[in-house]
Amino acid sequence: MSAPPRIAILASRIRAEEKYLLESFRQRGVEPTLLNDDELIFNIGSGPLPYDAILERTVSTSRGLYALRMLEAMGNTVINRWATANTCADKLLTTVALQEANVAQPRCRVAFTQESALQAIEEMGYPVVLKPVIGSWGRLLARINDRDAAEAILEHKEVLGGYQHSIFYIQELIDKPGRDIRAFVIGDECICAIYRNSAHWITNTARGGKAENCPITPAISDLAVRAAKAVGGGILAVDILESPQHGLLINEINHTMEFRNSIAPTGVDIPGRVADYTLQSAITPDNVQYRNQSASRGG
Amino acid sequence: MQATCPECEATFEVSGVLRGEILPCPECGAELEVTSVEPLTLELAPMEQEDWGE
Repeated sequence: MSAPPRIAILASRIRAEEKYLLESFRQRGVEPTLLNDDELIFNIGSGPLPYDAILERTVSTSRGLYALRMLEAMGNTVINRWATANTCADKLLTTVALQEANVAQPRCRVAFTQESALQAIEEMGYPVVLKPVIGSWGRLLARINDRDAAEAILEHKEVLGGYQHSIFYIQELIDKPGRDIRAFVIGDECICAIYRNSAHWITNTARGGKAENCPITPAISDLAVRAAKAVGGGILAVDILESPQHGLLINEINHTMEFRNSIAPTGVDIPGRVADYTLQSAITPDNVQYRNQSASRGG
Repeated sequence: MQATCPECEATFEVSGVLRGEILPCPECGAELEVTSVEPLTLELAPMEQEDWGE
């Protein structure tokens, strides 16, 4: 019997997600190697690490992106690919990619100074949302309801923030129905989705949003899959807003998705599907017989 | 295995933990990281950084 694919998981912090993933791989007869990004030393110019696929699960976006790029250059198969992760990690790059693929999203303006950003905000009309282009878990989002708030927040960002906070990303505020949708897309399939319910306009579960199953409609599936393709596809969590005027709109896409609160409400084995996709990506001429054997086992 | 919280020095039992796992101290609630399994070592977990997330 041929040996199973060699899988590595890049992570330092082992969250519930990483434990679920380890268990899923073990159920499929694979013992992944944990690569701790606290300890890794990358030797630029060396050959690939001895794994058929490396699943990026680091909580640090910056480490993850550089690791993916270096590993690809070294010859490793990585999930997600660097180009996809790099686009998803940056809301502005995501917006551009979605626009180029004609995927529906909220209106957006970008400016580089307080003055031009204020002008952009007033052109869009209050309220607007100001977001850092790099960021996650609902951090540092600002709902700007009037000019006083706009002036104060723009000044605070420019003076107190790093240079990235002077990339003013201004998004239309969507009057959503007390919730948003997170659709899980693996490859070209929307495998499940949740509603994140919250009385607050920020619905991240990291900020207290509560997950409940969202039945996948053709509209949700079509939009989520097109959005995933627009950024390069892979293992992605696509966040969708329901606009009363414009229907479903893509808010953002996450490339190192968390899913611990979504398994039970959806009844879908999300970590198992992630493991399956990773193993499929890890098939090489040396271990292709493993796929045939595991398929016949029902794996 | 017995663990000691580095923040409040409470002792408590843990089992089946992995290196890199995060657990709260049952006494003081501090977020602790398992930095070693053998010997079991807990340190205060790093605080959320600006580039952390999904």
